[in-house]
Formats: sequence, C-alpha cells, structure tokens
Amino acid sequence: MAKASMIRWLALGAALALASPAVQAQQKDPIRIGELNSYSKWAAFTVPYRNGWQMALEEINAKGGVLGRPIEIISRDDGATPGDATRVADELVTRENVSLLFGSFLSNAGVAMADFANQKKIPYIAAEPLTDAITMAQGNRYTYRIRPNNFMQVGMLVDEAKLSGAKRWAIVAPNYEYGQSAAEVFKRLIKERVPGAEIVAEQYPALGKIEAGATVSALEQAKPDGIFNVLFGPDLTQFVREGNTRGLFEDATVLSLLTGEPEWMLPLKDEVPEGWTVTGYPWDQIKEPKHEAFVKAYREKYSETPRLGSLLGYMTAYMIRDTIERAGSTETEAILKALEDTKFETVIGPVTMRGIDNQSTMGAWVGKLEQQGAGGRMTDWEYKAGEPFMHPESEVKAARKE
Amino acid sequence: MDPSFLVIQALNGLASASSLFITACGLTIVFGVTRIVNFAHGSLYMIGAYTAATLVPRLLELSFGPVSFWAGILVSALIVGIIGVLIEVLLLRRIYGAPELFQLLATFGLVLVVQDLVVQVFGPQDILGPRAPGLRAPVEILGRRFPSYELVLIAAGPVVLGLVWLLLRRTRFGVLVRAATQDRDMIAALGVNQAILFTGTLFLGAFLAGLGGALQIPRVAANTGMDLAIIAEAFVVTVVGGMGSVTGAFLAALIIGQLQAFGILIFPKSTLVVVFLLMAVVLAIRPNGLFGRPETVGGTHAVGIASHKPRSSNWILGLAAIAALACLPLAADAYLLKVATEILIFALFAFSLQLLIGVGGLVSFGHAAFFGLGAYGAALAVKWLGAPMEAALPAGLVLAGTGAALIGAFVVRLSGIYLAMMTLAAAQILYAVAFQWVEVTGGDNGIVGVWPSAWASGQVPYYLMTLGLTVVAVFLLVRIINAPFGYALRAARDSEPRAESIGINLRQHRWLAFMISGAAAGLSGGLYAFSRGSVDPGLLGIPTSVDALTMLLLGGIQTVMGPLVGAGVLHFLRDQIMPLTSLWRLFLGLSIIAMVLLFPRGLVGTVQHWREERA
Repeated sequence: MAKASMIRWLALGAALALASPAVQAQQKDPIRIGELNSYSKWAAFTVPYRNGWQMALEEINAKGGVLGRPIEIISRDDGATPGDATRVADELVTRENVSLLFGSFLSNAGVAMADFANQKKIPYIAAEPLTDAITMAQGNRYTYRIRPNNFMQVGMLVDEAKLSGAKRWAIVAPNYEYGQSAAEVFKRLIKERVPGAEIVAEQYPALGKIEAGATVSALEQAKPDGIFNVLFGPDLTQFVREGNTRGLFEDATVLSLLTGEPEWMLPLKDEVPEGWTVTGYPWDQIKEPKHEAFVKAYREKYSETPRLGSLLGYMTAYMIRDTIERAGSTETEAILKALEDTKFETVIGPVTMRGIDNQSTMGAWVGKLEQQGAGGRMTDWEYKAGEPFMHPESEVKAARKE
Repeated sequence: MDPSFLVIQALNGLASASSLFITACGLTIVFGVTRIVNFAHGSLYMIGAYTAATLVPRLLELSFGPVSFWAGILVSALIVGIIGVLIEVLLLRRIYGAPELFQLLATFGLVLVVQDLVVQVFGPQDILGPRAPGLRAPVEILGRRFPSYELVLIAAGPVVLGLVWLLLRRTRFGVLVRAATQDRDMIAALGVNQAILFTGTLFLGAFLAGLGGALQIPRVAANTGMDLAIIAEAFVVTVVGGMGSVTGAFLAALIIGQLQAFGILIFPKSTLVVVFLLMAVVLAIRPNGLFGRPETVGGTHAVGIASHKPRSSNWILGLAAIAALACLPLAADAYLLKVATEILIFALFAFSLQLLIGVGGLVSFGHAAFFGLGAYGAALAVKWLGAPMEAALPAGLVLAGTGAALIGAFVVRLSGIYLAMMTLAAAQILYAVAFQWVEVTGGDNGIVGVWPSAWASGQVPYYLMTLGLTVVAVFLLVRIINAPFGYALRAARDSEPRAESIGINLRQHRWLAFMISGAAAGLSGGLYAFSRGSVDPGLLGIPTSVDALTMLLLGGIQTVMGPLVGAGVLHFLRDQIMPLTSLWRLFLGLSIIAMVLLFPRGLVGTVQHWREERA
C-alpha cells in the first residue's frame, strides 16, 4: 500500500517535471525576447512594470508585430541578486535562444547583467537600474539604459537645492550599489554647485533592514538644514513615519530621489511629507494627448492607476519594437547599430539613445510633494529633459574602458 | 555626546527590544515544549503584520478610537494563533519523532509556502498600517521628541513577560509546559495528553508571533521580507537567552536592542555583524546560552549512514556513471551542460555536508559558510590579486578550509541544537561581513567578472573540469568515510561515552571533519563562482544552507551516494519548475514538506530499503 502511493507520488513529480511549456508555440515563428525582473521581491514596482510591457506587447502583436513576425517575451524572476540574475539570463540566452535581454530592478543586479551582456555579447537594455556604473565604469557596447541615471536625477535635484540656501547636509541611503552611487554623486555635485555646502551626517542602513528610529535620531543629532534621501520601499515608509513624528523634516530642506513615484508614494498615505523636493511621476497631471491615451488604456485594462513602472515597461517594449524594425533583423550587431544615437518617439515625447555612453535622454519629473486627501501628489512640477543633465562627454570617455 | 541624545537612543533600543522579545518569546516557548526549531515563526510574525495592517483600518472606519485599534491587534494575533494550531495539527504533529534536521527543513518548507501565499492573499504592495488613535503626537523627553507609540511598545515587552510568567507559574497549562520543557518523555509517561498540550503551546507561540507582528504596523510597513529578517534576530535572542528560557529571551532582547541602537553610531555600516557576533561570543563562553540548560542525554536522534560492507558491484556502477557523465557533452546542448555542471557542483557541496551530518552526526545548519568562503576566496583572488582561475580555485579552497578550522574550533565544543545554531551564527556573521564590508567584498553588489581562464571558458571544457574535480574530491571523501577515521566519527555519532572510553579524541576528530568538509565545500563554491561569473552575499545566506540540507535529505541521509542523487534531482526539478510558474517557492516548499512526511529515508534510501526488504 505504502509502496503504491509512493509510486504515484513519483509519477506526479515526473509529470510536473516534464510538462514543459510547449503549448506557447505560435503559428508564425515569433521573435523571442528575454525579460527578467524582481517580480517577487520588488513586486510594488515590477508588477505594474510587467503590466506595462504586456499591454504594449498586446498592442504591437495586434498590429502584426514587427518584421511580419509576432514578438514573444519570455519573462523570468531575477531573484533580486546579481548571481541569480545572470544565471536566469544565461538560461534565457542558451535555452530559450532570445536575441535581446531587458529588465532588472536593483542596481547591483543591473551591474552584473551589464558584465554578463559584455561577456556573452548579447544586447541588454537596463530599463530601471539607476547606478551610473551601468553606463560609465561598467558600461559596454552591449548595455543600454532607458531611465535617467543617478547623475542626471541628482543633478536635477541639486539645482533645486541651490535656491534653498541649505548648507549643512545629511545623507541617508541604502547601502548597496544604487544608494552608494547616488550618495557619491550628491557629495560631488553639492560641493561643486553650492558653495560652502558640507556633509554633516551620513547613514547607510542595509537595504530592507533600516532601524528607522535610531537612524532618525542619529541624523537629528547632526542638526542638518538639508537632507538628501535615497531610501525607497519599506525603508522609506518607516523612515518617513519616524521622521514626521520626531520632527526631523520640519526645518530642513529635503531632496529625495524617486519619492514622487506612485509606487513609493502611495504606501505613505496621509504621511506624505509636505514640501519634499522629489523626482517622480505625476501621471494624473500630465496633459500630453499621447500620454493621456496611455493612462486611459492602462486604467481600462487593469482597473488600476499607472505607476512609473507601468510607463517604463510600456515605453521599453515599444522602443524594442522600433529597434528591431530599424535593424531589420535580430542579429546582435544590427540591433546595436539600430540603438546607437537613435531617436525614439515615445508616449512622453522623443527620447534619444546617446551613442557615447548608451544612456537615453529620458528625463524626469521634478516637483514638490503635497498632501491631498488621504494621500499625496506632486505639485509645482516640471518635466526636465535629460540632455542638459547627462555626464559630460570627457567624463564618459575617461570612465568607460572601451 | 549630548546626554539627551543618549537617552533617546537608549529608548529607541528599548522599543526594538520589546518587539523583538514578544516575537522571540513565542519561539522559545515552542522550542522548549516541542523541541522544534520553528523556522516558520518569522512567517507567522509576517502574517500577523499583514493581517493587522489590513484589518485595523477597516475597524477604524467602523468606529474610530483606541478600542477598535487594540481590538484589531488582538484579533490579528488570535487569527495567527489559529494558523499556528492548523500548522501543529496538520504538519508538526507528524514529525515530533523525526530527527531535528527534518523538523527544521519542514518548517523551512512552510516559510517558502507562506512567502508566496502572502503575496497572493494580500497583494504585492507593502501595507503601512494606521497610527494608533490617541498616540499620534510625540512626547517631549529632555527637549527631544519621541513617538508615544514607542513608549507603549517599551511597556508592552515587560507586560507580556509578566503575563507569560503568570501563565507559566499560576496555571495548570503552565505547569505542564514547564514540565514538558524539562522532560517531555516523563510527562507523557505520567499520562498528560500531549496532543492538547502541544497544540496549546503552538497556539501560544503563534499568538505571540502574531502579536509581535501586529504591534509593528504603526512603525513598519508590512512587507514580504519581514519573515527572514525577524527570524534571524529571533534565533539570536532565543539562543543567547538559552533555548526555552523566557527570561533569558527578555534579557537577550534588551542587550540586542541596545547594541543595535548604539551600534549604528559607532559602526553605521556594520549593524548586522554585531548581533551575530554577540551570539558567537555568548555561545563560546556559555555553550547553552545565558539561562539555558544542557540538553538531556539521549534527547537527540542522530541519524546517519549505516556501516555496510562495500560491495564490489558498487565500483562497477560508479565507473559506469563517471563514464556516462564524461560522454554527456557528445549528446547535450550548451544549456543542459550548464545545468549538469551546476548539478555536479551542488553534488559535491551536499556530499561535503554528508561527512559532517551523515558520518559525524554534526548537524551543521550553516554549511553555506564554507561554500560562500570558497566562492569569495576565489573571487577576491581574481579581483584583488588578479589571479587566474588556476590559482583562484585553490585560494578559495584554502580560505574555506581555514574558515572551517576557525569555526570548527568553537563549534565542536557544543552539541545538538546549539551546535546547529552556532554554525548558523557563523554563516550569518560571514554573510554580514560580505554584505557590509563594501570596500573589500563589494557588499550587496558582490564581485562581478569572475570568469574562467580562456581554456576552460567554453561550456564543454568547464563541464569536464568540474566533473574531474568533483570525481576526485568525492573519491577522496568516500575514502575518508570508509577509513578508520570515518569509523571513529561514526562511533562518536552513535555513542559519545563509548567512543571516548575506547580512546577516541572526539573533539579532535570532529574538528578535522569540519576542516575536510569545509575545504570540499569551498572547492564547490569556487567552481560555482566561476560558472556564474559573479559572487554575492546570497551564497552565504540561509537559503544556500537549506539547499544543501534538502539535497542531502532528498537523496537519503543514510546512504553514501544519497546526496549526489539528491543534488541531481532537486536541481533538475527546480530548473524545470522555476520557468513554468511564478509560484515556484510554493512548489518547492510543498515538495520539501511532502518529502519530509513521505520519504524520510530519501530517494536512494528508499530504493535501498526496497532492495533489502526483497532480499
């Protein structure tokens, strides 16, 4: 009896193991694209992002795909670590035979992916990771990035800091690639652009492991009149709540990366800190018709408001379509050539892939936070195009090893 | 430094300590009675936070006031308590008699299941709960503002301690719990209904975990990383305090709270290390924690490989298997070879653990330490010394062996669950070092660009090289297992007093076993680093240790070749299932649980058992 049931279990296991997704095969040979992202660990950003590219993909394939073939995106979880990301990427390249990779969320995974792309000579579009390294020190001809990097976003914020007159700055940033890179850029830019500015306190909690009360007291102790924040996700909500309670932000100018993005602002609810200068995405206030159409379609499809991730996923899928169309094939060299220095029409206007560092000129919305009802929104905002804030060419040439 | 700041920082520490204590207290009570180290305790804490963050706002909408808030917190904790009862009745009850290792693994399976279920039930977004009505405004302490909710939390710790104390001292249930903590078999012999006692204990433990989680909602957004974050700290608290001791847990939580609060001032970047360092120091001085009692003799069930006379047919089978593996590149494509390479690496990793657990009876729960040391040793040699692969691999092996010597020297003084926890602590310290010593190890970024030398960079040569090294290492390990040294280890595993009385130096033998096992794991770690091209702290994390254990148990801990088969089956299944579904954690978790319940002998063990029965 026991043996018989064991055999049944084994049979079940074998059945599970062998049921590979052959069902997905389509009639016309599809173009296979690999996608990987931190869908389980950073679902707040990546799930809307997946909604975005899935919506674009459906639109594209409904119009006949590209080069007369449908596009198929094979999507995987990247495990949110550098090692897992490259392992999954390897699987996509060698088993699924994809001709291009895009995705990843955390900057450290992005840097590892850039290294992987260079080693395996496969085009990789880093949609989200923000560290400068991806297009600077670790940059290579196979790796492209769409979002404005740390240097650009911090540059936009520091311009706002000039007006505030704050001189004593405190930094709080997650202790991994993204936070370290942003803090470094900030230290450099604030000293270059605001004469007399000094850094009086720095706190680097481990990502996802902040001791918010202790961190806020430690910052308070230094009596800063300006605070530069790079925290996001669960760390941010805890930090904001403790900071609000203890009055850390009351007399300080606060510059904060990404906090205006709905994915990070919504969980703050009625605690949205008034007056913070942030980069973000005021999706409901952007009036360009193309963008409004995107928002309308997205809300109808998912009965949910878009996040920045949704926009990014949507833009990225269309940029890949345009690239393949221009390349006329899925050969690596043709794709690289079709990306370099190319102008793309997107729902937020034209965006160019700058050839010397493979960084796109996508800009960011910069504004202030204010409370509205039981949540928050961006006010006084302005879309800053990326071009004026990009790394100067001489620096790019010095940093990139090619 | 300004005294008011020190006071505030100490209060911050107290608030964290209180919440930590409430959670850890449940863990230690459950351990005391059931002897199960419940990995899923952190998951219960997470469920508590999610439930409260969802439930309390609804209640506040109905009627706004402190009553609804606190009622919501209590109801959430009760719900978690009921989940705890379900877990006891459905799962734990079936494995009380099983070896510790199986219990640890089963509860880890639960952790995986809960991680996926929580996202399914509560959605992907982090949920920040409402603030407690009446406690919004801060209080002024020495001219600084301090959240009043934190003051309530500070009070909650001692209150819970008092209530638990009353429960344990003044009720019949408490008397039974204490009796069971001292001697489980005795109270069974006295006719106490164990089923009810254990279910009640699990309810209490889960309730406390849920309460700990629910109390967090005004300060922490409920998120999916809470479970592993709290469980690591809760382990430290229970181990430092002494497993099963509630007052010990309280004291330990206080110490850790203060360490963290002041630690960030002195070492703002190494907060994780201090906690585990404390645990290592305490265990080195007091092997049973601050208030722990030594384990009763015979309380542990050592299982391991039995002593068989080696059959000559095994040699032929082994050679045939090696020949078949060597021919694999003729038939397989690049991806299959990649998977095969990884299987070989994991097989060696699991096999090195077999020497400790199966042969030596030393349940190491931190074997990732040596795997990670090997990988980091190799990667650091590449990054800082510019070493080629040929030099970096031995460097990793040496680093892992040295690390094992150092860790082993502390660990061999302990036994049973404390030994497992000490190895876990060692792995976590290394994890924290790799994670936070950014200048050298690259921190969370890891080290990229660890690619093999040109001659081995193709998939086929790298596979063959891995095969060669694995075969040699496994052959040497088998020799060691079957040598007098291996038999001495087995003797020590089966009966310490008898082994000692015939003149075997237990500690020395075990120490040596640690070094050999560590070096072998280090070799596999180095091979892994070059196969992926990068290392990151995840290699040193708890899931890596669990991987090795799962492979070992899946294959069969009582057999020599079990871990090799287990590694093959587990990695192959994972590789097939992961792309199919985003719920792979749920699948993996359920399979681990099913394995523990249905195949306690493992695959190879089951087959062998059939063969023997038939004979």
